[in-house]
Amino acid sequence: MDGVLGPARTRQRAGGGAVTPFLAVEGLAKRFDRTVAVDDVTLSIERGEMLALLGPSGSGKTTMLRLLAGFETPDAGRVVVEGEDVTRVEPVHRRFGMVFQHYALFPHLDVGENVGFGLESLGVRGAELGDRVGRALALVDLAGLERRRVDQLSGGQQQRVALARALAPEPRVLLLDEPLSNLDPTLRERTRREIRDLIRRVGITTVLVTHEQDEAFDLGDRVAVLRGGRLEQVGTPDELYAAPANRFVGGFVGRSSVVPVTVLGPTEWGTRIAVEGVEWEIERPAGHPVILPGAAVLMVRPEALRLGDDPQAIVGTVTGRRFTGPSSFFTVLTASGATLEVVAPPAAVRAGERVGILPSRRAAGGLHLFLAEEG
Amino acid sequence: MTRRGTGAVGAALLLGLLLWLVLYPLVLVLAEGVRGPEGWTLDHVREFVGRPTEMRALWGSLWISLASVALAALLGVPLAFLVGRYDLPGGRVLGGLVALPAVLPPLVGVVAFLFLYGETGFVSLLLMRLLGLEEPLWRLEGAGAILLVHAYSMYVYFYLLVRAGLVSLDASQLEAAASLGAGRWRTLRRVVVPHLKPALAGAALLTFMTALGSFSAPYVFGGGFRVMPTQIVATRLNGENQLAMVETASLAALALLALLVFRTGSSGPGGAGRKGAGPARIVIRRRLARIAAGTVGWGLAALLLLPHLTLVLVSFVPVGTWTTEPLPPAYTVRNYLALVEDPVRVRPLVNSIWLATVATVAAVAIALAGALLSARRPTAPRRAIEALLALPWAVPGTVFAIALATAFSVRDPLAGRFILVGTVWILPLAYLVRNLPITSRAITAGVRALDPSLDEAAASLGAGRRRTLLRVTLPLLRPALLAGASLAFVTAFGDFVTSIMLYTYDTRPISLEILSSLRQADVGVAAAYGVVLMLVSAVVFALGSGGQGRGGNAG
Repeated sequence: MDGVLGPARTRQRAGGGAVTPFLAVEGLAKRFDRTVAVDDVTLSIERGEMLALLGPSGSGKTTMLRLLAGFETPDAGRVVVEGEDVTRVEPVHRRFGMVFQHYALFPHLDVGENVGFGLESLGVRGAELGDRVGRALALVDLAGLERRRVDQLSGGQQQRVALARALAPEPRVLLLDEPLSNLDPTLRERTRREIRDLIRRVGITTVLVTHEQDEAFDLGDRVAVLRGGRLEQVGTPDELYAAPANRFVGGFVGRSSVVPVTVLGPTEWGTRIAVEGVEWEIERPAGHPVILPGAAVLMVRPEALRLGDDPQAIVGTVTGRRFTGPSSFFTVLTASGATLEVVAPPAAVRAGERVGILPSRRAAGGLHLFLAEEG
Repeated sequence: MTRRGTGAVGAALLLGLLLWLVLYPLVLVLAEGVRGPEGWTLDHVREFVGRPTEMRALWGSLWISLASVALAALLGVPLAFLVGRYDLPGGRVLGGLVALPAVLPPLVGVVAFLFLYGETGFVSLLLMRLLGLEEPLWRLEGAGAILLVHAYSMYVYFYLLVRAGLVSLDASQLEAAASLGAGRWRTLRRVVVPHLKPALAGAALLTFMTALGSFSAPYVFGGGFRVMPTQIVATRLNGENQLAMVETASLAALALLALLVFRTGSSGPGGAGRKGAGPARIVIRRRLARIAAGTVGWGLAALLLLPHLTLVLVSFVPVGTWTTEPLPPAYTVRNYLALVEDPVRVRPLVNSIWLATVATVAAVAIALAGALLSARRPTAPRRAIEALLALPWAVPGTVFAIALATAFSVRDPLAGRFILVGTVWILPLAYLVRNLPITSRAITAGVRALDPSLDEAAASLGAGRRRTLLRVTLPLLRPALLAGASLAFVTAFGDFVTSIMLYTYDTRPISLEILSSLRQADVGVAAAYGVVLMLVSAVVFALGSGGQGRGGNAG
């Protein structure tokens, strides 16, 4: 593998202490006419790390990727690779490999010519060219398909050719734009695994854009959540799930329900709230600000709730069930009209039954309190 | 200099060139019309409005054009449905044959009609013989004759566009309509026709503009009936140059007005790209109906091909041997030999080839530059370049010929005016300007269809601008370039309307030689030239056929 991609890209995770990031984005901003696409984003990515940019459409994630690739010039901010400021470096000289959403394979060139295109830019010719094209194709399990026409390939094969083409010239950074959006669902999961394994094997620093949280969580070592051009939170999938920085991240990542509550005041280890006519005590994660008494919202993960009879239980009516095998998600409508989702064994209750809902004893991390006016 | 910088300089240069070649001559014509010996004057305009002949010619242009649209639609739309929706015997061949009038250059079509339906044409003579008459049943003259030729040569626009529209119809839309209980008529009215609306509007506009600028048919068949293009030529021959300028301006105004009216009429949804499969052709089950439909289709095709066949036949007739017989009594290949052996007759062939080639190469270069430079430009310069490239399309050929003749008959380098009239360069220039719209439409469509991420992919793989252009952009644009070039060449090669106003003896093209051969009653040679024009047009068309429809207003 080193023969193809060079020893420089061998994976080495930072082992604590101050590490200069491999790829850094500092205060990056870009607007188109009157809309702000990317708004003051700062991020750093370690060598060999895979970062997923996650966000709904219009969140600026694709613009971020294009700013990294150099197809757009930022209005402010810098892009730095290995200490070199590449903000004004043309894409031609940037040596970032990119896999486009629709692959952008050259339809008039065959597979081998496509994969060799970037190598020829570097002046690679003759036997060495054929050799390196062959190795890049072998890397994506398409050895021997050099002379195949692009339109004779299946969608999954085209994507692998695009990947091989981007990797062949040994780029410093690999950029993937919605890598799985063009594949049908059955192929998507398998391809996701293949891409993940390939990139891990190659050890190349990678930034990918997606609007699917499954993809982001599965592929990204860390996930950066974007909304309206702003970076809302960046962290490992576990961090984002367990401690969302705000209601948007919490709602965008994983399943959750939201109910309006009133904060009554702080307690020894958390916050006392009034919710649906009962009082609960919510644990406050370390580092989170104290929320002053008044209106707030409670975001709850389904697994942080349980069904049960208790004076402190919220009472509601079961309106629906989503079956997922060992457990089911029950939708419960409360007296005030809020809807809560609770995990329970499939046969626990039936639709139409009145039930009580309590915080689960184990999953204390699944209850998050946010300010009411926060988007 | 940066990438963006060179692009901006290139765009500015191109904009300047187009302003000078396309807009400036037209502005000069407008100014000439309102200028007298001492300063500005409206005398010529008053004279124009006051003369009944002028008003009649303007009115004639308008109603002839509208009637041409109606007739062309009446012929082209049913044909498109017949060929596009029904499974006829030999349907594919039929579909191609029916489009063949497109390869007849305007003057050649007129000449063929003369041989066929003129006073001494086949059909007239045959009918006289059959009915035992002394006089032909009709005279091929006046508005009727013009409309006949227009309907014949312009139905192709309706036929091709409507057929393409029918092919692009999503079969599942028809199925959905059927499953919702819509009968055949309701499906046609509520699903098919709305889908075809853009095609119909486009064809109507194309036909109207072509008919408005049409010169060959009114010139040959008009007689006392004048339309504005022939009126302009007559006025110029009378030496009333400034009145001719006002006439030119009036014709240009009519054209632009029509463009505005049709544009507002053609807006609205419909004709969007198809997602599902195309509809299957309707199989006619009943035998009698099937035979009838086949007969109608093939009968029409035969009728539409008669002019081509006539031309070929006449080209083999020796000079002066064919007078009153329905079919020629003798045949020879001498007419063709004369075209290559007689230096006087070879000249127009050579002229037409080099004139059209120069104009084509230049038109393709400018159109390509325009398409590439404007593809990713801010909107203002892009709109300006696109508008200037399209403008000659909205202006009848006669108008442009007069405009160029006006602009380039004076030497005044500071005003950007040079003497080109009377030199060999005026015709290529005229062809070039007239060809810009069709060429750039084909090439711009090609550039727009390119996935911009291909460029970006090449850049991210380290390919510089030159390498991207040579290795990615140009190879992918080849079909569009070929299509644009073939359209430009065919139009320039067969041009009559601008040539007749700007040619010199040394640069006389084929079309003018056809006219002078006809005047000398050298019918066979005229037909032989016509066949050559027709064949070359057909071959070039075939070479360039990557798809794009024809979109020029032939003279």
